Amino acid sequence: MVQYLRARLDASFAALSDATRRGVLEQLGRSDASITDLAEKFHMTLTGMKKHGGVLEQSGLVTTEKLGRVRTCKLGPRRLEEETSWLERYRQLWDARFDGLDQVVEELKRKERVDGRKKRE
Amino acid sequence: MKNRTTVERKSERELVVTRTFNGPARIVFEAWTKPELFKQWWVPKSMDMFLRSCEMDVRVGGRYRLVFGHDASNPAEFFGRYIEVTPHSRLVWTNEEGGDGGPVTTLTFEEKGGKTLLVLHELYPSKKALDAAGTGAADVMKETFEQLDELLVALGASVGR
Repeated sequence: MVQYLRARLDASFAALSDATRRGVLEQLGRSDASITDLAEKFHMTLTGMKKHGGVLEQSGLVTTEKLGRVRTCKLGPRRLEEETSWLERYRQLWDARFDGLDQVVEELKRKERVDGRKKRE
Repeated sequence: MKNRTTVERKSERELVVTRTFNGPARIVFEAWTKPELFKQWWVPKSMDMFLRSCEMDVRVGGRYRLVFGHDASNPAEFFGRYIEVTPHSRLVWTNEEGGDGGPVTTLTFEEKGGKTLLVLHELYPSKKALDAAGTGAADVMKETFEQLDELLVALGASVGR
């Protein structure tokens, strides 16, 4: 549990270790913006800004929403009160774990189907 | 659509986590009891953690040990022993890394229509032990998130508004 929280913090601080990403957070503090807007403002390629957006999103500091062909970024919902709800954090840990377990289950099901076919052949 | 994970504090001493998986119980059970499979999912991808080793002797009285950490001189270990093992339906184990305060975990696999409902039940020896597990984690969070909040304020980002 505690290790999981430390990992979350590492992700937050890693996201903040870059000057462009800090600039993006400041910008989003003023208003929401699309990846295209942000790329222009920071004189970057779209691909470059998408990468920064991805890092910020993973850390939970930023959320993005796609409407049509435009992806809009806004500051994430995290607040201290939410972070201190350890039960919710605990749920998120299990939820993240279980997403991985879903993948393992799918892979095992696929293998069983393949093996089943081989046996019949 | 992904299935929902719920966590509930059932009583002063109990925590219950539930989740449904789109596969039969024998497969979900296998993923919990074979180290090479367990290693593939126990540490979420978003976490910068490394499961250095994972040993599981899945039989009554058998022991398990998980060792985390990139650095061999500073490992974090989780260990205990299996109290009940019923293939494809039920596992019960102890969590002994924290001494006497550790919970007993009961995991049940309930198959219905090709899907499996997983229920993970943790029973702590006392209310105090469960509170300590929760607030210990909350304290670490509070302290470090306060630092993060300060940093964000310093950066001029009005987070959460």
